[in-house]
Amino acid sequence: MFENIKSSLPRKVPNMYIPPEPSQRKSSPVMNTPELNGQPVVESVAKISVRNLSFFYGRHQALHDITLDIPEKRVTAFIGPSGCGKSTLLRCYNRVYEMYPGHSATGEILIDGTNILARSMDLNRLRAKVGMVFQKPTPFPMSIYDNIAFGVRMHERLSRVEMNDRVEWALRKAALWDEVKDKLKDSGTALSGGQQQRLCIARGIAVKPEVLLLDEPASALDPISTLKIEELINELKSDYTIVIVTHNMQQAARISDYTAFLYLGKLIEYDDTNVIFTTPRHKETEDYITGRYG
Amino acid sequence: MDATPEIAKVSVIPTDWSDRLFRGTTRFFAYLVLAVVSAILVSLIIGAWPALHKFGFGFLKSDAWNPVTEQFGAAVAIFGTLATSAIALFIAVPVSFGIAVFITELAPAWLKRPIGTAIELLAAIPSIIYGMWGLFVFVPVFSETVQPWMTEHLINIPILGPLVDGPPMGIGIFTAGLILAIMILPFITAVMRDVFEVVPLVLKESAYGLGATTWEVVCGVVLPYTKVGVVGGIMLGLGRALGETMAVTFVIGNAHRISSSLFMPGSTIASTLANEFTEAVGEMYTSSLIALGLVLFLITFIVLALAKLLLMRLTAREGART
Repeated sequence: MFENIKSSLPRKVPNMYIPPEPSQRKSSPVMNTPELNGQPVVESVAKISVRNLSFFYGRHQALHDITLDIPEKRVTAFIGPSGCGKSTLLRCYNRVYEMYPGHSATGEILIDGTNILARSMDLNRLRAKVGMVFQKPTPFPMSIYDNIAFGVRMHERLSRVEMNDRVEWALRKAALWDEVKDKLKDSGTALSGGQQQRLCIARGIAVKPEVLLLDEPASALDPISTLKIEELINELKSDYTIVIVTHNMQQAARISDYTAFLYLGKLIEYDDTNVIFTTPRHKETEDYITGRYG
Repeated sequence: MDATPEIAKVSVIPTDWSDRLFRGTTRFFAYLVLAVVSAILVSLIIGAWPALHKFGFGFLKSDAWNPVTEQFGAAVAIFGTLATSAIALFIAVPVSFGIAVFITELAPAWLKRPIGTAIELLAAIPSIIYGMWGLFVFVPVFSETVQPWMTEHLINIPILGPLVDGPPMGIGIFTAGLILAIMILPFITAVMRDVFEVVPLVLKESAYGLGATTWEVVCGVVLPYTKVGVVGGIMLGLGRALGETMAVTFVIGNAHRISSSLFMPGSTIASTLANEFTEAVGEMYTSSLIALGLVLFLITFIVLALAKLLLMRLTAREGART
């Protein structure tokens, strides 16, 4: 138990691996035990705080007592072998699992201090705040324009001009505008795979969420599209808190600030990405990132 | 390289005698269907020829139906057929949609099976039972409570008023349409449920993930994704409603007249045929009834062809989507 909490505590280590002076530390992700090592705790930078989260698919327990904090406006990556629960953990943040009977979560997930697992939580509002992009592109069977406008219309009443601006803004943000600006009335399903995925990201950010959940967003894409998505993530992180699940460890190393390693439904290690990929503290983490299993 | 002879051997198999026999037999059955359909069409045309020859296209427009003077027209029956089918669709489509959405999106897992089975059972009830039930249970309730109430409350509304004018007899176009609605409901529901279930879960998850309500997901994503299948299901129900005979004959009242009121008795093509074939004397009477049958055949054919066309467009679009 204590081990678990301790391991979920990221240390911010600069790129050169020189242990920093405490005063030089940048805002590190939040300490999740209030008085660890007697140090003061910075609470303000955690966007999402997960507390003792367990998740069940019916009777099967997929997540065991996860506790971690996801810092605001950073990219946090979840890595781990298939079936380790990383996607499950991601899906807890917008409660998309509620679509399925028998799926349930216990514990707490605080987003800006509000427990989103609470029964009273307004799911539609939560999901407007926490956008999600899936592994396979999922354009809706409608025009490119309507794909973007679909989500916006549900949450805001915009004039035609405002909606046009919003669609353009989202498509520009997703680096897709120049490719589709002349065919906004065309079907979203007619785009290429990489374009479809960027369309889905544009759709996600069009509702102006605060958190963006990306579930292996590039695993179905070719290398060039992948690169574009990664560049996009890098740009988006100045405005959004991004959580990404990925099988590709190079990708996690390239784009994330923090990395959590999950194994068999447990959080093994959570730290600055550089630390995870250079000096992991746990044997399992090291084995995984060096490709010994997974 | 080793695999090449294997492949060659596989391609030899179809010329084997048993396979040739199998192929020949199945082909015979398939062609048999074509032959039967053509035979029915040809015999209908031959049987209807005297009437068609005498009345021409006027047969479709004339509302006369006088066996004594041998003046016949199909307008009344065509109107009754289309009106009852339209009422049936008007009621059955929204209800089926609601049931299908409930089964696929909202119902808890333990409830899906019982409701699905009940719907299938509804489809399995013979139409004569619908007719009897309609006449002995439905019609009295209708004439005593529902129709007086509707007349009282709707009579002063501009367009609806004339539709509900008239004595509350219980039988009539409206009742027939309602019975038809119950009969075609399971078919439309089954098709809608099946096409709703093929909507990829990730697509629904994406929509829910944007903060959509169930209603927004169904209208914004599920329906556009399945629209062609849904229309196909509605066409299937319509095809059945157009041709339904027994249940309609029981409750429609079998009057040869076109009335603006839905509460007045009327007749459909199928009910006219069922009622009058036994008493049809004279060549022109029989021939006119057969011509009615031909008209029904063509109407049903057009409906099914439209459904097939839509389904073809669906498949074509799926092919292009890869």
